[in-house]
Amino acid sequence: MINFLIGAGILACAILAVRENRLLVSALWLALTSALVSFLMYRVGAAEVAVVELSVGAGLVTVLFVFAINIIGNESVASQAPLPRPLAWVAIVLGGLLLAWMILPSMQLERFTAVLEQQGELAGLFRSVLWTDRSVDSLLQVVLIFSGVLAVLGLIGGEEGLESKEEKQG
Amino acid sequence: MIFSLPNIAIVVVLGLFGVGLYGVLISRNLIKVVVGLQIAVKGALVAFVLAGRLSSQVDVGQSLALTVIVADTIVAVVALALAVQVRRKFGTLDIPSLTSLRR
Repeated sequence: MINFLIGAGILACAILAVRENRLLVSALWLALTSALVSFLMYRVGAAEVAVVELSVGAGLVTVLFVFAINIIGNESVASQAPLPRPLAWVAIVLGGLLLAWMILPSMQLERFTAVLEQQGELAGLFRSVLWTDRSVDSLLQVVLIFSGVLAVLGLIGGEEGLESKEEKQG
Repeated sequence: MIFSLPNIAIVVVLGLFGVGLYGVLISRNLIKVVVGLQIAVKGALVAFVLAGRLSSQVDVGQSLALTVIVADTIVAVVALALAVQVRRKFGTLDIPSLTSLRR
């Protein structure tokens, strides 16, 4: 029952985040979606990633959203969609069908409970998998974090740079 | 059985992907497009973790999900920085207005 409530809560928060016109409220609904997704991950058995998702997805990303919205102002845009809504719905249904077609044949639900039972034996391998088998991913993450730092510098320092340029020209 | 955890997780994956895609396609605001993208990627995260669990390779699934979280965060940071710069330069975040602006 609690799994059903978590799933329904995730979908409700995601829909409210998309439908909300005020940007700040939309960012807060997104944070709540992240928190519930991390809870679902914990229920599935991925505790390590759930912690990272809770701290990064619900924490850091929300702070960045609020910071950016604070800079640009809570601008509300007319609700008329740039794309015809029926066309968007057709794209969503086609995408969902394609995803279901790819996911469902690979589902072997009877294995799920057996794997959950040996959860204790599987614990502790995450560190070795991350640092040895997937070491290229770790390198990629370092590069991505570096580019993220550059983007934050652009986010913070853009206006000062423009002002100093204008002062020099003046 | 219909409310078992794998079934719910699959519904959540499909639902998050659909809602995120709807947000990307329908929103006129650049920030709302980033919100839609974030929601769709959260569906991918749940799918990675669930696939890892179902194939008895939960650590590989978690490792891939961790990489996706980092990449997704950087995408959000870069997109927000671009949105701020666009707002400063053109004075709007409305996508149809931006496509017709010249500078």
